[in-house]
Amino acid sequence: MPREAYSELMKTIVAGRFVFTGEIEPKKTAHFDDVIRVAKALKGYTVACNVTDNPRAQAYLSSLSVAHIVQKETGMETICQMTVRDRNRLALFSELLGAAALGIRNVLTMSGDHTSLSDNPGAMPVYDIDTAQFVYMVRRMVDEGVDLEGNKIDGKVKLHVGIVGNPNADPLEVELLKIERKVKIGADFMQTQVVFDVEKAKGFLKEMKRHSIPVLLGIFPCKSYGVAEFISKNVPGISVPKDFMEELKKAEEIEDNSRRKSRVEDVNVRYFTDFISEVKRTTHASGIHIMAVGYESVVKTLVESVSK
Amino acid sequence: MIITKSKAPEKILEMTKPYKKIFIVGCGTCSTACQTGGEEQVKEMAERLGVKVIGKVVVESPCDLRLVKRDLGGSKQLLEEADALLVLSCGAGAQALAEQTGKIIIPGLDTIFVGKIERIGRFYERCRACADCVIYETGGICPIVRCSKGLLNGPCGGQAHGKCEAGGHTRDCAWVLIYNALKQQGRLALFTKFRPPMDRSKKAQPQEVVSR
Repeated sequence: MPREAYSELMKTIVAGRFVFTGEIEPKKTAHFDDVIRVAKALKGYTVACNVTDNPRAQAYLSSLSVAHIVQKETGMETICQMTVRDRNRLALFSELLGAAALGIRNVLTMSGDHTSLSDNPGAMPVYDIDTAQFVYMVRRMVDEGVDLEGNKIDGKVKLHVGIVGNPNADPLEVELLKIERKVKIGADFMQTQVVFDVEKAKGFLKEMKRHSIPVLLGIFPCKSYGVAEFISKNVPGISVPKDFMEELKKAEEIEDNSRRKSRVEDVNVRYFTDFISEVKRTTHASGIHIMAVGYESVVKTLVESVSK
Repeated sequence: MIITKSKAPEKILEMTKPYKKIFIVGCGTCSTACQTGGEEQVKEMAERLGVKVIGKVVVESPCDLRLVKRDLGGSKQLLEEADALLVLSCGAGAQALAEQTGKIIIPGLDTIFVGKIERIGRFYERCRACADCVIYETGGICPIVRCSKGLLNGPCGGQAHGKCEAGGHTRDCAWVLIYNALKQQGRLALFTKFRPPMDRSKKAQPQEVVSR
């Protein structure tokens, strides 16, 4: 029997509508102004937005606090990312209770980039539990109303638990087996790592068909040629198509500022509209996760273009 | 084997500076194998510290009190005279000597890990002493020590082309190694097995084995 849908994200997916999710990255600040500004730019175009949890192991404003304030101030639902890198099982459980109590309905479980990549590299990597065990923890909280040890929780916990998959993984078989493990435990939805190659995305979704888990494909509109080049060189397994990069490079030759920006946006919108249309037409993907950190302006144009 | 590394000479000189009479103790087992606390290194250290050194002994295993008593038995007088012991062994040996002698202990080595020795200069960590060995299920590869995140249900999203994100994709991803080993052994079903959270209480306090 399908589980009850508590969040707008899951309700929309269950209703069979193609969804878009966005991404907000809190920074090293004690102020919410910037994240609220980004959330307002995404609202109306994404059904929910992820709030990152110390990405690349950089110590930033907490994801739970931002997820709460975004929902409160803008009314847009959030997907609160939680890594197992910085907290032991007690702290994670406590944060989940806090999230549920604050009305956050989606959490995305992640290992978290290793502390060796951190801006505080001397930090202790916690990893008391791993992401599969984290999914198991959420399932027990939601389905049985207990913690990992079976201790009773007062009242119902309404949370959906998401996992991450990587269509670019090499060897892919290892990634697929890992996903299978987490699906069996009871993950509710999956968002993927950035993928540019539509054929790779289609191949991955074909493999996912045997699982009954909604999949949102991750995409990454590039604000500049430099960003595209950086990803291509530094994110293992991700290759940004040459033609797309060439078009970005050409667009950047335009001297006029606003014309240049508009041309770069056109290049992105055209590329990803084709990508998304193909995904919608040929696969069972439930939606697209748009990772446009620092480039939220493109989300509106892209979603409108795809929805035409 | 307990793998050790010599502390920087200036660090040792700084710790030995306040003392006039120093007795050096080496280790005849692990630190001898690592060439950090054997006969040769003890002799070199004595030469470096010069007249301060009033005696030196390589105990077969300084972490074994029975062997400490046996091997230091002949040096009682010198040990009593010494202001401090400079110990070239792992932390277990150095602390066993502290408890046994009541002397000020100067650790000459840093304890790095429990590992295998390929050859001198090539040491690899292989055990974290987690008190719950799972390698039967993981192709003889320990995910606690060889996965940078110690994941029991790996890999994480940080592996690329079989390499680990920690350290910049140079070291092998333990979970890809586990996958390859289980596949080769025809036991791939074990890969997708869900392993519940570890019972960390086994390591939450100083451990003792008292069986008789």
